[in-house]
Amino acid sequence: MSVAQKPRPEFRNINAFRDLPTYRLPAPGRVSILHRISGALMFVLLPFIIWMFDTSVSSELSFARFTSAFSAGIGFVPGWFVKLVALGLTWAYLHHFIAGVRHVWMDISHDAVTLQRGRPSAMVTLGLSVVLTIVLGLKLFGVY
Amino acid sequence: MAVNYGTRRTVVGAHYGLRDWLSQRITAVLMAVFTVVVLAQLLFSSGPIGYESWAGIFASQWMKVLTFAVIVGLAWHAWVGMRDVLMDYIKPIGLRLVLQVFVIVWLTGCAGWAIQVLWKV
Repeated sequence: MSVAQKPRPEFRNINAFRDLPTYRLPAPGRVSILHRISGALMFVLLPFIIWMFDTSVSSELSFARFTSAFSAGIGFVPGWFVKLVALGLTWAYLHHFIAGVRHVWMDISHDAVTLQRGRPSAMVTLGLSVVLTIVLGLKLFGVY
Repeated sequence: MAVNYGTRRTVVGAHYGLRDWLSQRITAVLMAVFTVVVLAQLLFSSGPIGYESWAGIFASQWMKVLTFAVIVGLAWHAWVGMRDVLMDYIKPIGLRLVLQVFVIVWLTGCAGWAIQVLWKV
C-alpha cells in the first residue's frame, strides 16, 4: 500500500455554490430534496393552479379563454410559456405524489426504510415521474 | 388534559410533531383519493373532454363536499410542509416569522378563492 490515499472530502457548513455541485447525493437524497422543491413550486404557483380551475369550470366562455391561453397565449404571456409552466407543474405533482406514496409506505413498513429497498424505490420515484411527465408533456405540446 | 407539572408531567413536548406528521399524512391520502376520483371520472367519460364534462365533475353535491375537504386539506398540508422548509433554511427568527405569516395569508387567500370558484359551478 504505497499509493497515497486521496483524503475523503469533508463537508462542514455546506456552501451552496462551492460544495453542492461536487456533492454526490444518493438517489433517496435526490427524491427528498426534489420532494421539497416540487412542493415549494406548487405552493408558489397556487394562484396559477386556481386560475386554471376558475377559468376551466366557471362558464363556456371562460373555458374558451382557458384553452386559448395554451394555444394563443394570454396577455403578454405566449402560449408555449403557459404550456411550459403547466409541464413544470405536471412534473412537480407527479414527483410529489409518487414520493408521497413512497413516504407513507415507509411510515407503514420497516422493510421499506432499509437501504436495499430505499434505493430502488427512490430510482422508481425519479424515473416514473419523469417518464409520466414526458408522456403527458408530448400530449400537452400536441405530438399525439 | 395531560399533567404539565410535578413528577408525572409530560417531558417529551406537547406532541405538536406527531399532530403535524399525522395531519400531513391524512391530508395527503385525502388528496391522493381525490386525484384518483377525478381521473376516474375523466377516463370513464365518453368522447372528448369539453366544458360540460369537465365542469360536470364538480357539479354534484358529493363532489363539492369532497373538493371542499381537499382544498382545506391542501392548505393544511402545505402549511406543515412550508413550516418545515422555513424552519430548516431560514435561521433569523424575525424573517422566519414574517415568512410564516406570509405562508398563512397566502394559503388562506388561495383556499378562499378556490372555494369561491367551487360554488360557481
